[in-house]
Amino acid sequence: MPLTFHKKPALVVYVTCGDPDLGTTREIVLAAIEAGADVIELGVPFSDPVADGPVIQRASERALKHGTSLGQVLTLAAEVREHAQSTGLIVFTYLNPILRMGIEKFCKVARAAGVDGVLVTDLPVEEAGEYLRATRQYDLAPVFLAAPTSPDGRLKRIGEASRGFVYAVSRTGVTGARQQLADDARQLVQRLRRVTKLPVALGFGISTAEQFAEVGEFADAVVVGSAIVETVERNRGREAAAVGEFVRRLLAVSPQLSTSR
Amino acid sequence: MATVSRVAKVKIPTLSQKARQGWGTGRVSVNEPGRFGVYGGRYVPETLMAALEELDREYQKAKRDRKFQARLDDLLRTYAGRPTPLFFARRLTQKLGGAKIYLKREDLLHTGAHKINNCLGQGLLVERMGKHRVIAETGAGQHGVATATVCALLGFECVVYMGTEDMRRQELNVFRMRLLGAEVRGVDSGSRTLKDAINEAMRDWVTNVRTTHYLLGSVLGAHPYPTMVRDFHRVIGREARAQILKAEGKLPTAIIACVGGGSNSIGIFYDFLNDKKVRLIGVEAGGRGEALGEHAARFRGGSPGVLQGTYSYVLQDSGGQIALTHSVSAGLDYPSIGPEHAALRDAGRAEYVPASDAEALEATTLLARTEGIIPALESAHAVAEVIKRAPKMKKSDVVIVNISGRGDKDIGIMRENLKID
Repeated sequence: MPLTFHKKPALVVYVTCGDPDLGTTREIVLAAIEAGADVIELGVPFSDPVADGPVIQRASERALKHGTSLGQVLTLAAEVREHAQSTGLIVFTYLNPILRMGIEKFCKVARAAGVDGVLVTDLPVEEAGEYLRATRQYDLAPVFLAAPTSPDGRLKRIGEASRGFVYAVSRTGVTGARQQLADDARQLVQRLRRVTKLPVALGFGISTAEQFAEVGEFADAVVVGSAIVETVERNRGREAAAVGEFVRRLLAVSPQLSTSR
Repeated sequence: MATVSRVAKVKIPTLSQKARQGWGTGRVSVNEPGRFGVYGGRYVPETLMAALEELDREYQKAKRDRKFQARLDDLLRTYAGRPTPLFFARRLTQKLGGAKIYLKREDLLHTGAHKINNCLGQGLLVERMGKHRVIAETGAGQHGVATATVCALLGFECVVYMGTEDMRRQELNVFRMRLLGAEVRGVDSGSRTLKDAINEAMRDWVTNVRTTHYLLGSVLGAHPYPTMVRDFHRVIGREARAQILKAEGKLPTAIIACVGGGSNSIGIFYDFLNDKKVRLIGVEAGGRGEALGEHAARFRGGSPGVLQGTYSYVLQDSGGQIALTHSVSAGLDYPSIGPEHAALRDAGRAEYVPASDAEALEATTLLARTEGIIPALESAHAVAEVIKRAPKMKKSDVVIVNISGRGDKDIGIMRENLKID
């Protein structure tokens, strides 16, 4: 099964598709997989990314300038799938592009492209009825966000609605690198453990090998997003190579730390 | 090694009945909290869900709390200046030669627009919730000024997000907010207008949600905002209904109000919803053309979608990206519309028409010179519609136009566009 965390902690890599262009995104994704990413989140650029910090906002703007669409991201997913059979592929998006395409059509095309799961940033479990039906029908894993502000009752519902894993948000706030990991993060993962058996991936603000290793002590997987997108932004012309190096650096520290724990 | 099988067990998650119904099915009841027909809902990142639930609980309690209501009524009366007059526009009526025209004078309220009704209501809620920091977005600056005013009155820290394009258009209001002690943060993304200010306010809220209340200024966003903000503005229609019955001994033929997010219009419409013979007419910004990007008429070029927490009509492209908008009036320059308006429109209970930039400017001049009232450019869109409509109506017909705000803030734009000097 592709949506599998092969190591502990597993690495989930987020990319904003179409930044700087879809061809390069494909190379970036393949380089990240080559370097050891277990799951790839294909970020769909959106005009109004309310949950994102400045780095992903800028990347989304660049991607939208040349019209990157959800349909193109799904085509990209199919291309990646051809080259990488054992990597998990998740479409990470805001709701409106999916609604515009039609939920059922989206799920059908995503399944055909070899996508494993979907995460919709602005879709809480309460509003997910039709989406849950369609993802189930087309055998896609719906991944929901869990936040430090979510009371236990909500975490339970999130665990019940999710498949594959639960995405725990490390702190209140938008995406983007932070110096320190909030205490919130560890607590949230502990609270999730009590209500769900699904693996927990922790994301938001994780950018260094040290943080990666630290999170690995209590979560099953670590999502790195803005730091990847920033690496793409800063390495024009050699984006894929730079992301490959970045991923290798992230993974280099963890074995020593995780065996010492 | 954690192995995850994708479809481990086939089990339907225990979700509410509503959640199983979903979008577009038409099966969601109008009485469902936060739903207006199929529109409305709560489409926000998980981090905000607990805060929305808390706000909803607190609002429901406050609604039933007579002390809360009494305090709000007292502030509306002694501080904001309610009730506002319903004024018979004699010369405008004569000039147009048809229906009798009345103006609901929300422009006479403290801070110069209807926005203060909602800000006082939410301000008292902030007090109840024990929060001390308030954030808001603003387009024309009227909601920002009203928020800054209430924060000064109740002693809250206040940050207002405003698009830099709007800061340029409404510089007087920027200064007013700062004078009132608020921090105004310019937003330089997207079209640098209201939508982008809301994005940035939502990002602040998602970060500081534990200490901060988001004082949203229109009937937009996730539940409970569209319902709560409407309730705080219902006073407009409640007063207007009693006033017109007193003045004319009958209900009006039509009510006309401009619609950006739609707070002043829903406020004046709401108490007339059951009076089926009263025509409710919302006026959107027709801007300078019919192409996408040239206007903010959601019911002319929009389609259902989700923006900033709610499901409603949205101006968007074929890929679901939100379109840019244009209007001479910053307060109407927004790509979505309150979800209750979408439901009223689908149900045929209210109708929505556009008025162009040029028509609004012309209406401003006419109202200024016939009645000595300079309306806000937003409200001027409603005046533009009555100018088109009244001459075709009978003399026994009565129309109420909601003058939602006064034009002082727009003097600069009026001066640029009306060649008077």
